[in-house]
Formats: sequence, structure tokens, C-alpha cells
Amino acid sequence: MSHSDLFFFQHYGVTHEDLARYLVEAISEGGEYADLYFEHTTTCSILLDESLVKAASEGIAAGCGVRVIAGEQTGYAYSDDLSPTRILTAAKTAARIAAGPARVSTVGLSTVEPTHNFYPVVLPTGEPNLGQKLEILFRADKAARAYDPRISQVRITYGEQARHILLVGLDGKITTDFQPLVRLSISTIAEAEGRRGTGTSGGGGRVSLEYFDGEHSPEHFAREAARQAIVQLEAKEAPAGEMAVVLGPGWPGILLHEAVGHGLEADFNRKGISAFSGRRGERVASALCTVVDDGTIPGRRGSLNVDDEGEPTQKTVLIENGFLRGYLQDRLNAGLMKATRTGNGRRESYEHIPMPRMTNTYMLAGQDAPEDILHSVRRGLYAAHFGGGQVDITSGKFVFSASEAYLIEDGRITAPVRGATLIGDGPTVLKHVTAVGHDLELDPGIGTCGKDGQSVPVGVGIPTIKISRLTVGGTTPRTVENFT
Amino acid sequence: MSENQLEQIAKELVEGAVHAGATAAEALGREGDEFSVGVRLGKIERLKEAASKSLSLRVFLGQRSASAFTSDFAPDSLAKLLRRALEMARATSEDPASGLPEPDLLGQYEGDLGLYSDDVRQMTTEQRIDMARRAEAAALEADPRIINSEGASFEAGVGRKVYVNSLEFSGAYASSYCAVSVTPVAQTNGGPGGNLERDYWYSVSRRAGALDSPESVGRRAAQRVLRRLGARKISTRKVPVVFDPETAASLLGHVFEAVRGDSIYRKASFLAGKLGQRVSSENVTVVDDGLRPGGLGSRPFDDEGIASGVTPVIVKGVLQNYLLNCYTARKLGLRTTGNAVRGLAGTPGVGPKNFYLKAGSNSPEEMIRSLKEGLYVTELIGFGVNVVTGDYSRGAAGIWIEQGELAYPVAEITVAGNVGELLQQIRGVGSDLEFRGPIAAPTLLVEGLTVGGA
Repeated sequence: MSHSDLFFFQHYGVTHEDLARYLVEAISEGGEYADLYFEHTTTCSILLDESLVKAASEGIAAGCGVRVIAGEQTGYAYSDDLSPTRILTAAKTAARIAAGPARVSTVGLSTVEPTHNFYPVVLPTGEPNLGQKLEILFRADKAARAYDPRISQVRITYGEQARHILLVGLDGKITTDFQPLVRLSISTIAEAEGRRGTGTSGGGGRVSLEYFDGEHSPEHFAREAARQAIVQLEAKEAPAGEMAVVLGPGWPGILLHEAVGHGLEADFNRKGISAFSGRRGERVASALCTVVDDGTIPGRRGSLNVDDEGEPTQKTVLIENGFLRGYLQDRLNAGLMKATRTGNGRRESYEHIPMPRMTNTYMLAGQDAPEDILHSVRRGLYAAHFGGGQVDITSGKFVFSASEAYLIEDGRITAPVRGATLIGDGPTVLKHVTAVGHDLELDPGIGTCGKDGQSVPVGVGIPTIKISRLTVGGTTPRTVENFT
Repeated sequence: MSENQLEQIAKELVEGAVHAGATAAEALGREGDEFSVGVRLGKIERLKEAASKSLSLRVFLGQRSASAFTSDFAPDSLAKLLRRALEMARATSEDPASGLPEPDLLGQYEGDLGLYSDDVRQMTTEQRIDMARRAEAAALEADPRIINSEGASFEAGVGRKVYVNSLEFSGAYASSYCAVSVTPVAQTNGGPGGNLERDYWYSVSRRAGALDSPESVGRRAAQRVLRRLGARKISTRKVPVVFDPETAASLLGHVFEAVRGDSIYRKASFLAGKLGQRVSSENVTVVDDGLRPGGLGSRPFDDEGIASGVTPVIVKGVLQNYLLNCYTARKLGLRTTGNAVRGLAGTPGVGPKNFYLKAGSNSPEEMIRSLKEGLYVTELIGFGVNVVTGDYSRGAAGIWIEQGELAYPVAEITVAGNVGELLQQIRGVGSDLEFRGPIAAPTLLVEGLTVGGA
């Protein structure tokens, strides 16, 4: 029995008999399937601003979500404490989606032994180590301010989650997991002669505080945030119009998340409302592109041992050498599409219904040297860092916003430009990928994805790539002669 | 939970905190019932119902403070909550601007703001499902090119909020909301091979009886998706841009971000230091009104116990007030405007009440007719706005204007400029202001933006 399994049994007195009783109640009006999602999450957040610890918070959310599936229909209810009467009430409520005779009168339970642990983090014992966390924040603050006297504001947030989950379905299999999550985030403002620049950086993952000891030091992230803000002080107007765009490695992988990742989530495809619907097997990218979603990378922010439906995560090939291969599945959609589950059924918390979501989405490394890729562009844009992105699943149009970008002139990176949104068409943008670098990097671990009002932690990654044309949303229109 | 139980628990928690050594304390409690149903192609897709509750405590040890929250109201959980909050407060920094409001500022609006309507609670599950079904049916029946649907939904919620502090403020209010929405999908030529488009429409209100009919919501969603079919990409140029009320409200949202006290004291706003200065064209007046009857942003008091009022923000182009809570007011040497909002964790932030741009005299049709060439923007996506610098660059879709007419749909384009500059270049303010959320604006005609395309 894993630690989390014991957690609900020991701390909340949950018994196998209770679990069976809740499931029987959930399926009392019919339906093919029911499951319970027990969650206990402790969160801690700290804000350092103006070199002062201005806020420190801790909180506990504990509850149980009950789901009943009947055909294409889902009934859902939850209890925000773990008392048997409230969970039974939730089970009765969720049951109402179905209209038929009771399916089962008993459920035999068995525990699923975990096959792997991608985040073997030691649980904190006793009172949490607040002093150690504060030191991380103060070190980052000091390093950001020391980077350059023009850094005028530094704001640092530390966030931590310790989530225990227990899942049990009508098949009686009990799955448990303990999911730690840590995130350090730094934002800076530089000011000089009436100009302002901003920078953001940070890192984390399903790790312990030791993560910040080595190369991921608070100073490393702080200096990166400060560097970006200083660069922005010199930024010129960004160009506008179609041009060649080179994306740097790491964070710019948000391109994949928006352009193809969401469009390949099974729910949109089952319903035929994705720009990728019915295109499996078709060429949707240049032969240089292979894109995967991988929930099994140790310690990563987007990784999970099992998804929020108890299915082990895996590495799923989405695009292989330019051809569309697979979708991201959860239980409901895989069942209806007669496809195999891929371990992508995720939910924000016990208050939410699971749906297909990404984990860590990235493009495999290619053969090109990054400097050769830059040299091949006469006029264009080099984008090193991005803020957020968004996509219209149905039309396929997506955006992602560069927060650090430069002009490319005669194969060289020259002047920094102000932030600009890039817009493209998901099913065609990767067809214009004409070079893929050998320098694959994953993002530093601060990404969050929103869908239907639910936020989940995710990761992205990409090597340096060249897109021969993409629309850049700056303010200075450029003619084709200037930018080819 | 019975009527006064949440208040009682909050009061006891605050008293317990003071008893345990806190120099001041406040508690914010919430409880509510939520309901949502999703219908797709006439069938129920998901049905969700739940009751939830939460309690958040903030304690002060002189000028140090910390907070803790829980959804578990068992006595031992609440005792742990209090202990943790006090322990953490010892580890935070002394901040001279922190603290509860000055006692003479505390208060609440006594009149009826129409925040709660029992007709929301009284709707049966069948009636609620029917609202979503009717909205979707109306959209699907509107035109043969509408070939699919992402679904329709009906959501409803009723809840109560309680705020208690150690200065003997205690207040509570109930609120309700309900919303119906639908997202139809249309295809060029209504068949295979054509490009897919989707769009949506919705109606939201605190009263079930005040919702638009689901049929009108469905028909409007259908019009919106149909006008997107056959979109082209245009070449890059500087043209006047007409923002419809939805996209204008999103633009006004950036103005809200820029007048928030926390952006101002950190100089993290393009409007920092501009109080009393002309920041927009003269036809622009922006108000934050906490007392609009039935308003989605109305409330009798804010999350620090400050009575709601009406704050003029920009009057005829001149910046008159920032929006503040107690902390940011102290940082700036100003008086709070009662805009404190609190989530479960952390210190109070600054949120809008009903933050809106006053209606002007131009009809949207007039503004469009006045343009030889321009963009009527109906959708903005992405996050390309920097409130510190005002830099603005977003993905857009809309309708191209030629010779004063809406000529053809355009997509895969960007709209870029600087929010500080574009406020100065608002040439037209529409007469069509509607409150569809806490931030609202009429149609706006703005010059000097760059539309990026091919």
C-alpha cells in the first residue's frame, strides 16, 4: 500500500466498505461506470515584494468528487469534506444522470500497486520549513536587484502544493498517488530615462526544495528575469506582417501547445469540432517535425504517475515526421471513440470533471545547428521568450505572445523589439517549419494551461526551429522586400 | 448551513485569534450551491451539482500578517488553521502599510442592491436543462450552414459571503447568478471540405426572470458564427479599428489593470503618476460603480468592510482616481475606494465593481459608415498586453470595412498599438452600452492601430 492509500484510510477513517457503498449508490440509477476521486491538498504561498515578505498563506482543500457515466452523459457532484453522509449525498446527486435499474449491488476492491514513481519526493515531516523557503525568496530578490541598478521593482512568489489522491472506479481498483508541486516565479521592472522594461522568469516542478540548490538556483532565475527587463529598455517597435520567424529553444514550445496540442485533445475530435477532426494520417507538418506529449518525464511540472482517472501516463506521439498520428484521450472519449486511453484524463481538483489535457508537449530534436538556422534568415524575427497563448480549436487560429524578441538582419540577431503577438493556423503552421535544431530544451517549469475554466500544470519544449512565414503582430508594417 | 452559522464560526475564529495573541484579525467566509448543465445536439452531456464552503482567516501581529484557509469547518481543523496563521505571521516582514481599515472607514450600504433573487434557486432541474436545450435548438435551426455544436450550457449559483473583523465589523450578503450560453459550429458551404468556424453568445443575470430568452441567445450566436464564414487574411496596414462592445470591454479591462492601486504604487502601470492629467480623448468617461441595482459587480461592502460607492476614474479624459484597497491607499497616501477583493489566500487585492465606460452619442452603424476602410473587430485572443508599458498586441478576427460597409470577414490577423496612446485616439464612443459583466463598454472607434496580416 502506498503512502497516499494509507493517508485517506488513516487520517479520514475511510474504509473499503465505505468506498464500495459510495460506488453502489452512484450507480443505483444505472449507467456504465462510476468513480470516486478523493483529494487532500495542502497549499502554501509566499509573496516577496519591495524586499518585504508581504503575504504568507497556507490552506487545506479536501473533498471527494463522484462521477457517473451513462453513454455520452456524465453526472458529477462533490463533497468538500470527507464525511460519509456528504459523500453519499454527492453519489446520489451524480447518480441522477442515468435513468435505469441499479447496475451492481456490491463492488470488490483491490489495490493497484504503482509501477513507477516519477517524483519520489520525501514528504516534509512535522512543521513545514518556512525559513528555508523564505531564504530562497530573499536570495532571488538580492540577485535580481544586484544584476543592474536600473532594476526598480522585484516581485517574487513561491507556491507549493502537496496533493494526495485516491481513485476508485466501478472495477474496484484503488489507485493512489502523492503529487508534489513547487513553483518559484520572479517578475522585474527596469526603469531608465522614462523607459520601462519588464521581465519574468522562474522554475519548479514535482520536486523538493533541493531543486533550487544546483543549476536551478534562485539567483539563476532572478538574473534571467532582470536580464529580460534590461533588454526591454532598449527595445524598438516590433515589425508587423508575415515574415520568417526563428523560435529559440524551451519556452517557445508553447507554439506546439496552442497550434496542435489542444486541437488533438480527443473531446474536440470526437465531436468533430476541431480543425484537426478527421485528419489522422494526413500530413499536417513538414517531415522535420515529430511532436509528442509525455507525462513520464521525472520531476517535470506536467508529469504524473497516473492521470486523474487512475490511468498510468505515457509518451504519446501526436505528429510523426509530419504525419498526424494520435489524439490525447481520457476514459469517456476513448470509450466512445473505441480508442486506447493515453493517460491524459486530468482535472483541476475534486470539484471538476476530468477531460483530455496535455502533460509535457514537445518537439523532438532535429539535425541543425542553431547558428546555421539563424544564418539562413536574411530578414526576420527571433523570439526567445513567450508569455501566454490561446487557440480557437475550431478555426485552428492560434496566438502566442513573445515577451523577448529580436530582429534578424543578414543572418544575425540585432535589435531587441517590444513584445508582440504571433498568429497562425494550427493545421498548417508546422508545414512551414524548414529547420529543426539539435538543441531541444524543456521549459523551466512554470506553465499552467486553462480549458473550460480548469487550470492544470503543464510543460512544453522545443529545439530552435525556423518557420519560413508567420504573421507577427507588431506596430511597424514592413514590406516584403524588407522582410523575406 | 443555517442562516447565521457561517457568521458565528467566522466571529469565533476572529475572537479566538485575538485571544491567542493576534493584535487584529479578519475572517472571510463563503458558502454556496452551484449547478451547471451542458447540452449538446439536444442531449444532456454533463450535469453537475454541488454545495461548497470555505473560510479564510488573516491575522496581524503588529505590522506582520499571514493568512490560512480551509474547506473543513471541524473544530480541530479550525484550531489548526489559527495556529498556522499565527506561526506564519511571525515569519513575515513588518510592513507599515499593512493592517485593518481605519475604524471610521468601516461601513456598508444599507439599501437593497438586488444581488439575490430567489427565482434562480426556485428553477427546477428540468427548467434549467430546458434553457440550454432551447438556446442550442435555436442556434442549430437558424441556418443549414450550422452543422454542429460545441454545446449549450446553463449555470446557476446562489451563495452567501460573510466578513468579520476584530474592529467589530460584521457583514453578510447573499447573491445569485444564472447564465445561458451556446457555441454553434458552422462550415463554409455547410459541408465537407469547408472551413469550420465557431462563435458563442450568452446572457447572464442575477435574476432568472431578467435573462434574455434562450431563443434570442441562440439566434444571436448563429448570426455571430455565420458572419465569420469565408474569412480572408488581409495585408498589413494602419487603419481605424471599431471595437464591438465585447472587445471594447476587454480593452477597458486593460485600463482597469492600469488604474489598480497595486500597479500604481509599484509604478507597474502606464498610468502611474498621471492623476489629474489628460490620459484619453475628451469623449471618454470611466466610472467604477458598486451600487448598480442587480449589477454583476455590485456589493454592499468590499472584502475589508468598506461601504461601496461610486468612483469616477476618468472624467472627460482626465484621470481623477485610482482604484484602491486600504493597503494601496496607505502606500499612495490616498483614501481607499473600497475595491478590496480577497481570494482564499494572501492579502486583499484590488478588483472592479461595475467598471464601465459611459455611453456616447454615436450609433455603431454611424461609426462604421464614417470609415472608408477599417476593421470591425469582434474577437480578440491571447495575452499580448503589457500594463507596465501599455504595449498592446493581440490576435483578432472581425469584419473588414470598405466604403462604410461591413464588407467581408477577416481572420488570422493582429491588432497592435499602445493602450496609453490608443486611449488618446478614441474618436467615437457608441450609444450601445450594456452591462454583461463587471466590466462594460460600448462600441469604440479607435485610430492609429496597426492591423497585422499577410
